[in-house]
Amino acid sequence: MKIQYSGLTDINGPLVCLEGVSGVAYDEIASLQLADGSKRLGRVVQMDGDKVILQVFEGTSGLSLENTRTEFHGRPLEIPLSTEMLGRVFNGVGKPVDGLGPVFAEKTGDINGRALNPVARTYPRNYIHTGISSIDCLMTLIRGQKLPIFSGSGLSHNKLAVQIVKQAKIAEEKGQEFAVVFAAMGVQNDVADYFRRSFEQAGASERVVMFLNLSNDPIIERILTPRCALTAAEYLAYEKNMHILVIMTDITSYCEALREFSSSKGEIPGRKGYPGYLYSDLASMYERAGVIEGSTGSVTQIPILTMPNDDITHPIPDLTAYITEGQIVFDRELDSTGIYPGLSVLLSLSRLMKDGIGAEYTRADHSDVANQLFASYAKVQDARSLASVIGEDELSSIDKCYMKFGSEFEKRFLNQGFDENRSMDDTLELAWDLLSMLPESELDRMNSELIKKHYRN
Amino acid sequence: MNTVYAINGPVIKLQRTREFAMREMVYVGEKKLIGEVIGINDEFTIIQVYENTAGLKIGEKVEGTGAPMSVTLGPGIISDIFDGIARPLKKMVETDGCFVTEGSSISTVDFSKEFDVTVTVKTGDILSAGMVFATCPESPVIVNKAMIPPTMEKCEVVWTAENGSYHPNDTIIRVKYHGEEIALDLCQRWPIRTPRPVKNRIPINTPLLTGQRVLDTIAPIAKGGTAAIPGGFGTGKTMTQHQIAKWCDADIIVYIGCGERGNEMTQVLEEFSELIDPKSGKHLTDRTVLIANTSNMPVAAREASIYTGITIAEYYRDMGYDIAIMADSTSRWAEALREISGRLEEMPAEEGFPAYLPSRLSEFYERAANAVTLSGERGSVTIIGAVSPQGSDFSEPVTQNTKRFVRCFLALDKSLAYARHYPAINWITSYSEYVDDFEDYYRENVGEDFLICRREINNLLLEENKLMEIVKLIGADVLPDDQKLVIESAKVIRVGFLQQNAFHKDDTYVPLSKQLLMMKAILKLHKKSLELIGSGRTFREISATGLFEKLIKMKYDIPNDKPEMFAAYEREIEETLSNI
Repeated sequence: MKIQYSGLTDINGPLVCLEGVSGVAYDEIASLQLADGSKRLGRVVQMDGDKVILQVFEGTSGLSLENTRTEFHGRPLEIPLSTEMLGRVFNGVGKPVDGLGPVFAEKTGDINGRALNPVARTYPRNYIHTGISSIDCLMTLIRGQKLPIFSGSGLSHNKLAVQIVKQAKIAEEKGQEFAVVFAAMGVQNDVADYFRRSFEQAGASERVVMFLNLSNDPIIERILTPRCALTAAEYLAYEKNMHILVIMTDITSYCEALREFSSSKGEIPGRKGYPGYLYSDLASMYERAGVIEGSTGSVTQIPILTMPNDDITHPIPDLTAYITEGQIVFDRELDSTGIYPGLSVLLSLSRLMKDGIGAEYTRADHSDVANQLFASYAKVQDARSLASVIGEDELSSIDKCYMKFGSEFEKRFLNQGFDENRSMDDTLELAWDLLSMLPESELDRMNSELIKKHYRN
Repeated sequence: MNTVYAINGPVIKLQRTREFAMREMVYVGEKKLIGEVIGINDEFTIIQVYENTAGLKIGEKVEGTGAPMSVTLGPGIISDIFDGIARPLKKMVETDGCFVTEGSSISTVDFSKEFDVTVTVKTGDILSAGMVFATCPESPVIVNKAMIPPTMEKCEVVWTAENGSYHPNDTIIRVKYHGEEIALDLCQRWPIRTPRPVKNRIPINTPLLTGQRVLDTIAPIAKGGTAAIPGGFGTGKTMTQHQIAKWCDADIIVYIGCGERGNEMTQVLEEFSELIDPKSGKHLTDRTVLIANTSNMPVAAREASIYTGITIAEYYRDMGYDIAIMADSTSRWAEALREISGRLEEMPAEEGFPAYLPSRLSEFYERAANAVTLSGERGSVTIIGAVSPQGSDFSEPVTQNTKRFVRCFLALDKSLAYARHYPAINWITSYSEYVDDFEDYYRENVGEDFLICRREINNLLLEENKLMEIVKLIGADVLPDDQKLVIESAKVIRVGFLQQNAFHKDDTYVPLSKQLLMMKAILKLHKKSLELIGSGRTFREISATGLFEKLIKMKYDIPNDKPEMFAAYEREIEETLSNI
C-alpha cells in the first residue's frame, strides 16, 4: 500500500504544494484523488526539503486544501507503446479517447525521452518526395530532418501539411513502412477534425497515430502532448524500423502554455515573458528527430507554428529556427494573391538538402538549379522594388526580364493544385523552362556544361 | 548533512553543510551524477548538476571529490568526441547504448590504449614546470608531449622508463620534488575554469589562413587572436565555422558544438573523417577534437563545455602547437548561464541575462593567446565564437558584449543569405583590427602589393555601396559611365571573389597567393576600363567584351595549382580592351 498524503498547503494556477512529504523523486508522477472520487495526474516540478510542488495536468479547479488525497507513483510519466497505436486517437497525456479501450502495451516509455548520443546518429541523407515543386526543389525534406512550417493565422499551412502527408513518397521502398504521428496542441476542434477527415479520405488513417490536445483542454497537458507523440514516434521508428513523420501543430500554443506555466511558478522571464529555458525546452522536442545507427527507421518532424503578427523575429519562430534544420515560411502577400502554397522562397531553407540531393538521390543538376532559382528570384525582388519607385516602364530590359520571370515563377512553379503531385523530373524541367526566360549570362551559379545541356534556346 | 535538500531542474541545494569548497566537483545521489558547487552560504550549499536530475530524491547523499571540476589530459584526446564534461561519447555508445544515460563515469583518456613513448630526459636532469620529458605519436600528424605539470617547480629526475609501448597511466619517470619521490605518467589533470599558465604572451603577427577569400583578404583572423561570427538563423554561422575548421592552417582544431544540432555534430564526424587536410595529406580527424553538448543534452554541461574545450586547447598549446577553437554557439552558452542564474533567483540584468555575463565572456576570450609556453616553445590558441543573436538583432546583450572583447568581427548578413550569397559575411560591417599587425607577414609571404590591392578592392566595394543607394532610387541606367564601371567591377568582386562555393573542389579552399592574383586581375580590368572610359569609350562597349563574366567565373576556371593561367587572363584583358 502506497502512502497517501491528505490535503494540500497551497494552490496557485496549475501548481499545488504539499508539505511533509518524503521519498519522492524529481519529475515523478502523482495522482490526486478528489472527494468525489475523480482522479487527476500531476508531476513533481520542484522539491524543497519536505515541500513538493506538483503541476496538475487536468487543472486545479475544484481542488481545495482539504478535499484531495495524493499518491506518488514512484516513476516518471510513461505511456504504453505498441504497434496497435496506429490508427488510434489519444488525448494529450496518451490516454485513448476513441472509445476503443486501452492499448495493450508491449512496453512503456518515459515521455521525456533521453538525449541521443551524437555519435549514435546517422547523418540524414535520403529525401522524402512530397510532390510539391517548391519544397522538393528548393527546400527538400530529408528523412530524419526537422523542418518547421512558419505560418500565420488564416494561411493554408494545414492544407499543406495534409498534402504532404497524402503525397509523401517513402512507402514505396520495399519492407519500409511509413506512418504519421500527429500531435495537435491547442488546436480548435474543427481543425483537428479537418486533419482526421483528410487522413481518412486519403486512406491513411490506419497509418496515423493522433494525440489531441484541443484548445479547451488543460494547458499542462499541452506541454506533455508533443512528448507523448514523440515517444510513440521513437518507438515505432527505432524499435519497429518504420519511417515516421511527426506533424506537430501548433507550436505557438505550446509555447504560450509553457509561458503560462512558467509565470505561475514565479520564474524570471526572458524575452517577451517566455521562460529563459524556452530554447532548451523546444530543443528537447525538436532534437528527437533523426536516424540512429542500428535501425532502418527515421523520425522526421514537421512542426507547424503560427507566427504572432507574422513576425519572424518573435522568440517562438526565432528560437525554433535556431534548432531546426531550416524552415518553410508562408508569405501572406503571395497567399492572398491566390497562390497555393504561398511560400516565401527567399526566407525558406532546408539545411540538410545539400547532402540528400544530387545525382545519387534526385538529379545531378538539382543543387545548381535550386541555387540559381534562389539567386534569380532574389534579383526579382530588387527589380520589383525599383519598379515601385520609377515605374515598370522605366526599367532596363534585363530588369523587365526579371519581372516577367518572377511572376511566371510564382504562377507556374510555386502555384500548384491541392491534388497535383509533381515528379522530381517535372519540377526540375519546369525550373529549366523558367530559367531559360533569362539571358544565359544571368545564370551565374551554373557552370557552362549544365547550361549547354539544359538551357533552352 | 551532505544530503539533497531541494531540487529545481539542474540546481540542487544542500542544507547546513560546511564541507564543500566553492567550485568543487561532487557526486550527487545514488546514480553519482556529476555536479559542481556554485554557491555557498550559511544556510545552503548550491550545486549545479551536469546531468538530468529526473528521479533524484530528497535525502540522497552528495559526495565531495576535494578537487575543482577538472579534466584528465593525455594522449588519445585527438580525433575523439566528448560531451560537455569531457566524457568520451564513442565509449558511451558502447557501454550505455544510443541514448545518453546518467551517472556514466568514463575517463576522458582511454587507459587501455598503448602509445609508443620516447623518453627525452635522463636521470639527474633538473626539470621545471611545463618541460617535456617524453613524446609519443598521438595521431598521424600530432606528437603528444608529456610535460611536468604547470603546478610543480624544479624537480630532479631519479628514474626513467625505457622507450617503448606504454598506457597513458603507466609511470614514465620518477622525480624528486620537495624531498619526495613522485611518479609521473603521460596524463595530467587540470581544473577547467583555470587558465593554464604560459611564460609570457607575445604580440600577434601571423594570420590564421582559412582559404576563404572574404576572411583572409577582407577581415583576417589572427593566430592567437579572437573572432566572433554573429548571425541570425540560416545565415551560415555553422557553415562558416565548418569551413574554417576544415581548411585553416592551425595544427589542431577544437570544435565545440555548444547547444547546437545533433545532426550537425554527426555531419562533422562523418565529413572530417573523409576529408584530407591539404597541408598534411592526412585525414582532418587526425587533428580535430570535438566537444558535443547538443541542444537537448543537460544545460549545465553546456556551460562547462566551453571551458572543457579551451582547457584541452591550452594543453596542446603548451606542447607548442597552434590551436583554433570554434565555439558554436556562445549564445547557447550565455543562455545556459541565464537559465542557471534564473534557477538561483539571481537579480537579472539585460533581457534576463545575469549581470556577470560580460565578465564571463571576457574571461573566456582572454584565454586566447599567442605565447611562449613554459617549455620555451611558441604556441597559440585562437578563439572563433559564433553568436546567435535573438531575432537577428545585433544590439542584444551577447553580441554587444562579445564585440567588446574580440578584435575580429565577422557579421553575417540576412539579406546576403537570402540571395544565397555565401559566405554571407557582410564586407562593410565586418572588420579585423589585426590587418596592420600582419603587414610584415604579407610583405614576406604574399607580396608587397597585397595590402594595396586589398585597400583598392575595399574602396571599390565602399564606393559601390554608396552608389547603390542612388541605383535603388533611380536605376543604374542614369549613372555616368565611370560609375557604371564601378558597379560592374564591384559585382565582379562580390560574385567572383567574395562569394565562394564550399562545395566546389577548387573553390572551397583558395591559397592566399591565388587570392592576390584574382584581386590583381579584377583591378587590372577595372583600371584599364577606366582609362578607356577616360579616353571616350563607352561602358557598353567594354561590357560587351564579356570580360566581366569571364572574371566572375575565373574562380572555377582556374584550378588552384595553375596560377600561371592568370598571366593569360591578363594578356587577354590587355588585348581585348586595346582592340575596342
